[in-house]
Amino acid sequence: MTETRISRRFAKTAAENRPALVTFVTAGDPDLETSLAIVSALPKAGADVIELGMPFSDPMADGPAIQAAGKRALDAGQTLAKTLDLVRRFRATDAATPIVLMGYYNPIFIYGVDRFLTDATAAGVDGLIVVDLPPEADDELCLPARAAGINFVRLATPTTDDKRLPSVLANASGFVYYVSINGITGSAAPDAGLVAAAVDRIKRHTDLPVAVGFGVRTAEQAREIGRNADGVVVGSALVGAIAGSLADGRATEATVPAVARLVEDLARGVRAARARAAE
Amino acid sequence: MTTSFNSLRNGPDERGFFGNFGGRFVAETLMPLILELEDAWEKAKADPTFAEELKSLSVDYAGRPSPLYFAERLTEHCRALSGGKGGAEIWFKREELNHTGSHKINNCLGQILLARRMGKTRIIAETGAGQHGVAAATVSARFGLPCMVYMGATDVERQKPNVFRMRLLGAEVTAVTSGAGTLKDAMNEALRDWVTNVEDTYYLIGTAAGPHPYPVMVRDFQSVIGIETKDQFRAVKGRLPDAVLACVGGGSNAIGMFHPFLDDPEVAIYGVEAGGHGIDVPNGHAASMNGGRPGVLHGNRTYLLQDADGQILEGHSISAGLDYPGVGPEHSWLRDSGRVTYVPATDREALDAFQVCTKLEGIIPALESSHAIAEALKLAPTMDKDKAIVVCLSGRGDKDVFSVAGYLGETI
Repeated sequence: MTETRISRRFAKTAAENRPALVTFVTAGDPDLETSLAIVSALPKAGADVIELGMPFSDPMADGPAIQAAGKRALDAGQTLAKTLDLVRRFRATDAATPIVLMGYYNPIFIYGVDRFLTDATAAGVDGLIVVDLPPEADDELCLPARAAGINFVRLATPTTDDKRLPSVLANASGFVYYVSINGITGSAAPDAGLVAAAVDRIKRHTDLPVAVGFGVRTAEQAREIGRNADGVVVGSALVGAIAGSLADGRATEATVPAVARLVEDLARGVRAARARAAE
Repeated sequence: MTTSFNSLRNGPDERGFFGNFGGRFVAETLMPLILELEDAWEKAKADPTFAEELKSLSVDYAGRPSPLYFAERLTEHCRALSGGKGGAEIWFKREELNHTGSHKINNCLGQILLARRMGKTRIIAETGAGQHGVAAATVSARFGLPCMVYMGATDVERQKPNVFRMRLLGAEVTAVTSGAGTLKDAMNEALRDWVTNVEDTYYLIGTAAGPHPYPVMVRDFQSVIGIETKDQFRAVKGRLPDAVLACVGGGSNAIGMFHPFLDDPEVAIYGVEAGGHGIDVPNGHAASMNGGRPGVLHGNRTYLLQDADGQILEGHSISAGLDYPGVGPEHSWLRDSGRVTYVPATDREALDAFQVCTKLEGIIPALESSHAIAEALKLAPTMDKDKAIVVCLSGRGDKDVFSVAGYLGETI
């Protein structure tokens, strides 16, 4: 496997005997410049991998918090081209932190798959998570992305049984994103015991790191989930922190610090996940 | 289904594609459920008891077959419009006489039987005008299953009678406030429910769209419309009609009417989209095939109303049932192949057709169906007297009288 920013980062956190903290925010939320400031503050606050949401008018897999974040970004004029530009500007200041774009297929399809992959590569995008492209649709984007050197991060869910898992993992790269619950983002807290069993099951089928997300909100949850997962994804709680910092829908001086504080707290959680083992 | 090498009726392929359209663009959580549904549907199709059960309910519960009716006074009206030179006969396929007042019951009966065979114990559905919501609530009541209907908050407001009907039938109606609060937002919310309740819930999609196998399954349940039309017209005239027409929102009544005629080249086929304020008015219509371009939404690739960034537009139509920014994928394919001609009818034309039909035939058509009648009023006068066209009268207009009164400036 060729080394990528993503593989190097998971190798680093594994060497530190801790899970990676994967943080999700929506590109352009609440506006482009504040969003860039938030993304730029994430690595210093302790984020290991950045997932950047590409806003879409119809986010079928998202709960109210990320729906609202996408709407704020779109209302502020965010487009896929601006999202790629945001990545480019971030990459000029940070050459090491992996960026994974997450969203839905239609904006990429309309941008044009080839053009998108060219521009994403140039901007410094490392991976893609596209919710509505299951393995059955791999020829749409997954295979072209891999050919272009961009990882295609696959979602595995509680409904992905052993029979289906090999096809889900077949063209996966970067890491595997285990969706901890049947549901939408930001809903019920996952059962740590069930998640641990599911992570073990997936790891029997792949050497890729397994990150767990959906419903992880607190440092305590991150610590618990992170005991055997290679990464913990937090999204709705972060965009919730953005929402809570706004005045009349606009960014305030409190916006960037609100996100940074929560990420610092979560970073302490993932660093404590295997504290006993490290002693 | 009759199939041959050159048939237009062979689609979709095993991956659910009609040419470039259709497919299964869904989240991984739903993928196993969709494969399970496809499997159950294939088994049901092969089981004669399923067909018998559906037939029995269609006849005794829904009132099939629906009549084919010669709209004599509307025909005379068109002959007068042509200055006596022409004017094809206009016939109605009376789907509005079905139980619940529209074609939607055809699909709901089929899917509820499938849900029962799959052991599902909870039904969810999305609805725009409320016609599908009412049909879904009806079959859920009939089989004693709890039913949750998602309906955009805007539509809840403009379709109050149907909301109350659903509640009387025991369904829970959730008003969806995200987006513009119309059909696409209701569908998003139904998908969010399904992904959360994967074990016990059956998603009863109301139109021939969504991920495979919904488009083909809904088409097959609605094809009874076209199959009956063929038989009934032949019995009267000894031949096929010269043209068939239907309105197209998601396009379930249309594909049900069209599909049995696809391999009969002597029959012209017209789908009528919601032209709203006009195709040239930005975001002022819901004509995805006349004013949109291909994209991916709600599990399938199809023509969509969208902006340059691929964000989906809300669209507009006087008719809540046509107010959807997409269309079933088989229609997109039939459009590109040229077999079906898709034309828009504006709000104004639909409203005029609604009134003409009501006054001349004593039939109050749904605003959705009024779009198809509007095209018939344009088409018939251009055809010879010995020609005949069949319009799918997909629903009755009782639900629309309040909004029509509003458009006509009357208070009731």
